[in-house]
Amino acid sequence: MTTNTNSGGFRSRAREVLLAAVRGLALALVILPVSVLCFALTAVSVALIPIGAGIVTTPWILGGVRDVADVRRRLAYEWCGVRIRSAYRPLPADANPWAKTFGMLRDPQVGRDALWLFVDMTAGFVTALLPAVLLLYPLEGFAVAAGLWRVLSGGGTYWYAFVPVSGPPTALGAAATAVVLLVGAWYLCPRLLTAHFRLTRAVLDPGEGELVERVRVLTETRKDAVDTSAAELRRIERDLHDGAQARLVAMGMDLGTVEMLMDKDPAKARELLAQTRRASVEALGELRDLVRGIHPPVLAERGLGDAVRALALRLPVPTEVTVELPGRADAPVESAAYFAVSEVLTNAVKHSGADRIWVDLHHVGEGGGMLRISVTDHGRGGAVVGAGSGLAGVERRLGTFDGVLAVSSPAGGPTMVTMEIPCALS
Amino acid sequence: MRVVLAEDLFLLRDGLVRLLEAYGFEIVAAVESGPELARALAESEPDVAVVDVRLPPTHTDEGLQCALTARRDRPGLPVLVLSQHVEQLYARELLADGSGGVGYLLKDRVFDAEQFVDAVRRVAAGGTAMDPQVIQQLLARRADDRPLGGLTPRELEVLELMAQGRSNAAIAGQLVVTERAIAKHTSNIFTKLGLEVSDDDNRRVLAVLAYLDRDR
Repeated sequence: MTTNTNSGGFRSRAREVLLAAVRGLALALVILPVSVLCFALTAVSVALIPIGAGIVTTPWILGGVRDVADVRRRLAYEWCGVRIRSAYRPLPADANPWAKTFGMLRDPQVGRDALWLFVDMTAGFVTALLPAVLLLYPLEGFAVAAGLWRVLSGGGTYWYAFVPVSGPPTALGAAATAVVLLVGAWYLCPRLLTAHFRLTRAVLDPGEGELVERVRVLTETRKDAVDTSAAELRRIERDLHDGAQARLVAMGMDLGTVEMLMDKDPAKARELLAQTRRASVEALGELRDLVRGIHPPVLAERGLGDAVRALALRLPVPTEVTVELPGRADAPVESAAYFAVSEVLTNAVKHSGADRIWVDLHHVGEGGGMLRISVTDHGRGGAVVGAGSGLAGVERRLGTFDGVLAVSSPAGGPTMVTMEIPCALS
Repeated sequence: MRVVLAEDLFLLRDGLVRLLEAYGFEIVAAVESGPELARALAESEPDVAVVDVRLPPTHTDEGLQCALTARRDRPGLPVLVLSQHVEQLYARELLADGSGGVGYLLKDRVFDAEQFVDAVRRVAAGGTAMDPQVIQQLLARRADDRPLGGLTPRELEVLELMAQGRSNAAIAGQLVVTERAIAKHTSNIFTKLGLEVSDDDNRRVLAVLAYLDRDR
């Protein structure tokens, strides 16, 4: 009992045990109604597909099940550090209900979700409840030993666990059993809660199919990346062709005219020269804007932190930027992160109506490193990903780097957009 | 006037040398990289340095860093920084020590030789030369700010030129009015912005820039 020699360790362990019991109990109380309800709704909805109603309800209900599963995934990581991955297949945003329903039903992850609901309301419920039982049952044992047995036995025998309590000696036996159980709880409670989440992981996690899924995701994001860069190149080509290139042609012609006019009409020649100089300034301005759109110079010169600071200085809305980056990420990651922040900030300025914006950039070392960026405004909220919003583009852009985007934007605000990109700093 | 010039592109360096020499400047060193610039600044004690932000070997903001370091070693060393793009972030860093003798211009400004040379002379004399784009960004950012909104359009025009570092005489020349009229405008501006009136041209500019750049 080395823990007993250290009262701080003892107290923190006691807290841990109690926390596991309380969390388990809360989880068990929620699991039963929610899982049963989800399972029943899913079954009914799928059964209704042949008569048509199910086509409409199924995507909606399966989406709800996914949300429930996502909450559990998050709790698994936050409470016990059990990481449960998910691999839902993305659905096209404009798919009809029919395509949506069958797309979802064909998704192996949705199948795992359904199986999990069943496991969760049986074995999951029991494993979640166990820590609390293990902690509360000994308390009853002590109460019985302390004299409650007289009331409960009603002159006969009261069974506490496997101890028939009928008199003071056996009551003492009940107390001893309770002590043993309590010691068990001391060691087992947190582990039992972890076991619950391990069970969840065993059912929910994509596991072996993960590699296949990974290949599919990579293929998709690669296609997105190629499409995006091809579109970018077309845009740049068009801008150069219609802009700077055309201006240079015009300037060349003007200079030719100037050469001819020099002797005949010097005044006119001087006027044309001034015009040519103005055209060259305009061409430079256009090139500068184009360069900023391809790769902002500050990004090249100073890296992500200062580039975002410089960006913030250009915004009409006061923007606070906090940067905690001990080094620089790879150039492609920096660029993707910069344009993602830029797009999110543009959105915030355009739509939120906020009069202050906060940007936070930092890097966390865990698991190979992760660049975490959040953009917060206290505007009117209601931002969504998808349906032609710039945020969908940001999500695609980050997808190439296995980055993710999360938006929290209740109506009335505040809006918080969080982006994470796995990367190491150099 | 002795000038140290740092620019990595040969054509531009050559052009700048010719332009400055045509206006009677003495080019004591024309270098193409950060380390060379640092050495030239330490050895030749120029009256002014004209420096490109981006220089080899890193091709990042090596020129700017060199200039900032040199100014820390020799406070008030006049430096005119040239760049293909202007950023408030850099302008802020250059102005941070508050000692003047700082310029920050787009390379395009070289096209107007008279004005460019005027900017070099101003910086060499301890004045300021801020690119109109920097000032416009600062003003655009504060468009809905009440104190600035209180200025008349003419006063805003004067403020913009003053923030670029122009003297009353130069502003009067550009707007085709008398110097007295400009002096009246500037004192109005200072009153409206709640800034302390100063006779010193340069301190006046720095006060205006600090006012425009302070956190909202």
